[in-house]
Formats: sequence, C-alpha cells, structure tokens
Amino acid sequence: MPIVEIKDLRVTFTGGGKPVPAVSGVDLEVERGETLAILGESGSGKSVTLRALMRLNPEGKSRMEGTVRVAGQDVAALGRRELRAFRGRTAAMIFQEPSLALDPVYTLGQQIAEAVMVHDGCSRNEAMARALALFERVRIPSPERRLQAYPHEMSGGMRQRAMIALALSCRPQLLLADEPTTALDATVQIQILVLVRELQREFGLAVIFVTHDIGVAVEVADRIAVMYAGRVVESGPMREVIRRPRHPYTIGLLRSRAHGALAKGARLETIPGAPPDLADLPPGCPFAPRCFLATATCATTAPGPEPVGAGHQARCLRVDATAALLPAVAEG
Amino acid sequence: MNGGSQAATDPGSGRGGPAQPLLTVRGLVRHFALPGKLLGRSKAAVHAVDGVDFDVLKGETLGIVGESGCGKSTTARLLMHLINPSAGELIFDGEKVGSRELPLREYRRQVQMVFQDSYASLNPRLTIEASIAFGPSVHGVPRRQAVERARDLLARVGLDPARFAGRYPHELSGGQRQRVNIARALALRPRLLILDEAVSALDKSVEAQVLNLLADLKQEFGLTYLFISHDLNVVRFVSDRVMVMYLGRVAEIGPSEALFSAALHPYTAALTRSMPSMDPDARTEAPPIAGDPPNPIDPPPGCRFHTRCAFVADACARRTPVLTPAPAAVLPSARPDHRAACLMLEPGSGHPRAPAAPAAAE
Ligand SMILES: Nc1ncnc2c1ncn2[C@@H]1O[C@H](COP(=O)(O)OP(=O)(O)OP(=O)(O)O)[C@@H](O)[C@H]1O
Ligand SMILES: Nc1ncnc2c1ncn2[C@@H]1O[C@H](COP(=O)(O)OP(=O)(O)OP(=O)(O)O)[C@@H](O)[C@H]1O
Ligand code: SF4
Ligand SMILES: [Mg+2]
Ligand SMILES: [Mg+2]
Repeated sequence: MPIVEIKDLRVTFTGGGKPVPAVSGVDLEVERGETLAILGESGSGKSVTLRALMRLNPEGKSRMEGTVRVAGQDVAALGRRELRAFRGRTAAMIFQEPSLALDPVYTLGQQIAEAVMVHDGCSRNEAMARALALFERVRIPSPERRLQAYPHEMSGGMRQRAMIALALSCRPQLLLADEPTTALDATVQIQILVLVRELQREFGLAVIFVTHDIGVAVEVADRIAVMYAGRVVESGPMREVIRRPRHPYTIGLLRSRAHGALAKGARLETIPGAPPDLADLPPGCPFAPRCFLATATCATTAPGPEPVGAGHQARCLRVDATAALLPAVAEG
Repeated sequence: MNGGSQAATDPGSGRGGPAQPLLTVRGLVRHFALPGKLLGRSKAAVHAVDGVDFDVLKGETLGIVGESGCGKSTTARLLMHLINPSAGELIFDGEKVGSRELPLREYRRQVQMVFQDSYASLNPRLTIEASIAFGPSVHGVPRRQAVERARDLLARVGLDPARFAGRYPHELSGGQRQRVNIARALALRPRLLILDEAVSALDKSVEAQVLNLLADLKQEFGLTYLFISHDLNVVRFVSDRVMVMYLGRVAEIGPSEALFSAALHPYTAALTRSMPSMDPDARTEAPPIAGDPPNPIDPPPGCRFHTRCAFVADACARRTPVLTPAPAAVLPSARPDHRAACLMLEPGSGHPRAPAAPAAAE
C-alpha cells in the first residue's frame, strides 16, 4: 500500500470575496521509500497540496475535500491530539526558509531534544544523545558545539541541515520538502540533495520534494509530478518525464529553462499567455488558451489522465500529437 | 540582457559618457556588531562585506554569485544605501554618492532593487496596483498616470491587471508576488536595477518570461543590471560579467563565458562542478566539496577559502591573495579583465603552484 494516497483533493480558499479553488482534483500516490518531485507553474497549488498533507492550510479560511491518506490514516479525520502526533512522527516538513521551523530563542539542541522527548517520552539525556546522532548524520561539523548554538549563529546551509535534523527527530515515514535548497549555493545544495537521497535509502523515507529547478528534480526524484492550475497534468518515472514529456505544459517548461548551451542574447522560449484565473476556470483543458497543440475540442472537453507509458500519464487530449514530437523534445 | 559596454550608446549613458562606469565601488566594508554576551567577547562582529572593489559598466548585466551568507545581499543593500558602510565609497557616473554633486536623494531615485523576500517587501495593506503606483506618485507622477503605469507593468510581468490589480499580497503565490516586486521597482524608471534572487521563486516558464522581459526593458530604457542569484545557469545566461563572492570578499570576477568555461579560483571551479545534473543517467554521486563556509564572525586568515580548498598550501593561511589575472604563460587565453584572488596566480606568493616572482622588480 502506498504511504501517500491523495484522491481528488480539493482545497478552496474562502477567506476573500470569491472562493479560490487553489487545488482542484489532485490525485497522487507515493510509495514507501520513494521520492516524488513536484514541478510546476508558480501558483499552481504545490505548496497548498503539501500543506494539505499535514493539514496546515488555515482551517477557518479554507475548505479541504477529497481523501488524503498518509500511512493508512485519514488526515482529514484526525482529532487534535492525533494530529499533533501525526505531525512529526508520521510526516514532517522542511521549508525554503528555516526560520519557519526553528525557534530563534532556543538552542538547536533544546529544540530537537524537546521534540524527541514529547514524542518518545524518553529522558533528556537520551533525547540529547539522539540530537547529537542526528547532527552527525546530517553532517554538521563540530556537532556538540552546534547543538548549543542558536539558529541565527549558523549559516544558511547549516540551518537547513539543522531543520532536516529536527524534521527527522521523531523518525517520520514521510518527509515533505518545499523548495528547501532554493536559497543555498550550489556547493551546499548538492550536499543536501545527496544527503536526502542517502536518508531516503537508509530510513526507507518517502519524500515529496517541491522544486522549480529541473536539475534538482533529476538529482533526487524517482518520479515527477507536474502541476498546472491546481491539477497534476503529468506524472511518471523521472527519466520518462524528463526525456519523453507528453503534456504540452511539461514540454514548454523543459524548453524554457536557461542552460549553458544557450547563445548569449538569445531569447528564452516561453509559454505564451498567463495562467488561468483559478476562480473562473475554462470548461475544457485549463492549458488550452496557451497550448501550441490546442484544437477546438480542447476548449470544451476536460481531459482526463491518459496513460502514455508504464506508470506515466498525461492529462491531455492530444497525447498522440505529443508522441509525434518526441525525438525533438528528448534531451540532446 | 547582453550588450556589454558597447551598448552604452543608449539614452541612459548619462553624464560621464559611455566609458565611465555607471557605478564604482571602492573598499566597501560592512561589519555587523554582535551583542558582546553572545560570544563572551565585546568586539565580535560579522564580517559581512570585508573590502570589496568592483565596477558596474554602463548597460551591462553584472551577475553576483556566492555561497549563502557571503555578503551578496549586504553588498546590494549598501549599494542601495539602505544601510551605511563601515568604510568605502560609491561613485555613480563619475560623482561621489552623498556629495554635493550627487546627494543621496538624487542617487536613490536612480537605483532600485527587487528583494529576495517577496513577502517582506510589499505593504500588506495596499492592493498590488496601489503598491506599484505608490513610488511614482511620491515622485510627482500624477495619480491617474501612476495607476496607468502600474497596470501596464502588471500586464508586462504577466499578471492580468483585470484579475490581479485589486488583490492584496497574501492572496498571491510566491512567484506572483515576486513579479509584483519587479513591476514596482521598474515603476520608478531607474538607471540601475539590483535584482537580489528576483527570479528564484518562479517556475522555469515564468522565469523565462521575466528574463525576456528584463532584457526588453533593459534595451528600451537603457538599464544596467546587478543580478544576484544562486542559479548558475541563469547567471551564466543573463550576465555579461560575473563576480564570485566568498565570505565577504571577491574571489573572482570576469567575463561570464571566460569565468564559466575556465574558472581561475578553486571555489568557482567547485561551484560550477556542483551544478545539478540535467542528465537522469549521470546524477552527482558525491558532492565536489564538503563542508560549509566558515563563520563570518571569525573568518579564517589568509585566503578565506583555504579551509575547504583542494589546493591549499602553507602560504594560504598566512598571505591574503589579491585579485590577479592568470599568467599568460599558464593560460594562453588569459585576459586582463578576468581576475581571481588565489595565491596560485600571484607570482612569488609562496604557493608551490604560483609562477616565479619576476626577476628584479620594476
Ligand atoms: N491563504 C490563501 N488565501 C487565498 N489564496 C491563497 C492562499 N494561499 C495560497 N493561495 C492561492 O492558491 C494558489 C496556489 O498557491 P500555492 O502557494 O500552492 O502555489 P505554488 O504552486 O506553491 O506556487 P509557488 O511556486 O509560487 O510557490 C495561488 O493562486 C495562491 O494565490
Ligand atoms: N543586520 C544584520 N545583523 C547581523 N548580521 C547580519 C545582518 N545582515 C546580514 N548579516 C550577516 O552578514 C552575512 C552576510 O549576509 P548576506 O545576507 O549579505 O548574505 P547573502 O550572500 O545575501 O546570503 P544568501 O545567499 O543566503 O542570501 C551573514 O553572515 C549574515 O548572517
Ligand atoms: S488537452 Fe489540448 S489544450 Fe490541453 S494540453 Fe492537451 S493539447 Fe493542449
Ligand atoms: Mg510554493
Ligand atoms: Mg541574500
């Protein structure tokens, strides 16, 4: 049984005037020990989906529908106490900005030991020993000394490692990572990515990793899901999605990135137009107004997920047309 | 966004003429004092920027890269005069910033910035249209015109004004907010635009749109860009020249292509080798260098990179390297405007790989 099963997830923000359906029908599965990278348009609901897995969207101002099961538990049905145990022990989250997770007034050692004690009911000494082991595991140099440090005394990369250590402190089965390396330089980023890969193997962790960097997805992911306008428009094995993308949005995304081979002053390829108004989605394919393959049918018929390979699907009415493009979009 | 200094025939070439750098930075230093009790030492300070010299040429895009905490944002905030330097001076188009010829107020209008943190830089109580129109209004643009400019810029950064103009910052995704920030900075029609991680929160297709937009605006308004980012692919693509910082100092500076294809500084070389693979069958097995940059409160003596450098020699902990071009004998393609602060390049520095000192000086 997959550790994450999301079926027809819908998250609607009701705080403002018109309700905003930020996530409108997401289906995702993640197996134990598997890393899923979520790529996609900015504003397409990646963070909201991740937060839904831990019920972190503001409860009064948003509505969550559909089913979200993590390690067999129905996340929507958890009581307050169960939810507290769930957060940290079943699923834990790391962010781009560690200050969201780390408390500035306690040392890192205190924070990790506290989390361990609350969850495992062990003694402070045992908890401190665990904290030390975790710091060693995430390769923080001079870990004893660093346990006594406050978050602001550490570099960005160090804080990011400390946040990973904190997230792992209660031995979660699922790690949710929302752009955790975006603020780090390349030499530290690659260390964190390799670390995540090792931890995943070592602890059988499942990981969902949101990123805008296709290279990052290639480094960490077993599978990739691509989101657009509150839906998953393509998902499949990492190699397949990168080498044989089948949704026109994915194709556009892969083509638009800047890379070393580009001539100076060349224009980057872009996807014309702007993403749709979530509060007022067109009846057919939400990508149709921007799609280079769209036909009249696309504007009226909503595409369902079409299987295009082993474990690979695309929500597109014209997967035959994208298949014909394949040699042209494959990595050169 | 290319063009280099030869593009300085643009309308923005200004007073000092096209060959005059738009901005000259000399001996820039900024230390942040720490409360003494934190370290039990009273004089402890973060050496955020510790002696930085460079020029920004008219019409160019100068990229800045470097590890987290090396002082990129502090440099940017010093250039914006949002914080005061501990030492050093800025010359803008031939005139000293803060002098009678160029008072701060006058300078500030011409330099704008897009910040890394998309949230903190927008007023939560203003609609985004009002946020963008605010600057021009303050500078005397009539209200109707300011709003028109705001709506035009919203459309140009890919946010349909009909849908977005009336929204508040918390009703936008991170990427949408960052586009608002770009529109807001451009609303004042600056000559120098500092972009601090301005596209890092965007997806690749929106990023491409914004980069194309920045290139158009640059051409149209004769802008000069300082472009700070961790994404080396993007920096390489947009920059005419690139400056690599490490722990408050400049490690290397030079033409983008030369720097990325033949790095002179071991840190730059490690950076470029750390770029994530784009090939599913050639993932990075082991990180090219281990560890994190040392603490800027107590930076290592000599070359600041020596604690992580694969070529470290005894001299590296003793002698502070200065920016030096590669010796032509070692690198035939060496050019005088491509320099790095590494003892291996400095004749007679005492590093075993350094070229011999010239026989009799001068
Ligand atoms: N609290 C909120 N109230 C109203 N709308 C919201 C709220 N949080 C998010 N949204 C909207 O929901 C949509 C999805 O937002 P989300 O943060 O998930 O995007 P994302 O895919 O993570 O984007 P990015 O890549 O820019 O981080 C966006 O259109 C956003 O404007
Ligand atoms: N107001 C401040 N008080 C104390 N220290 C500061 C302050 N602002 C910055 N610093 C420190 O100065 C150093 C340089 O910070 P800066 O923000 O310039 O780095 P950066 O290169 O922009 O890093 P990043 O890539 O993470 O954005 C860091 O060690 C930082 O912690
Ligand atoms: S369904 Fe049609 S409009 Fe939508 S992506 Fe496929 S081809 Fe384009
Ligand atoms: Mg997000
Ligand atoms: Mg910064």
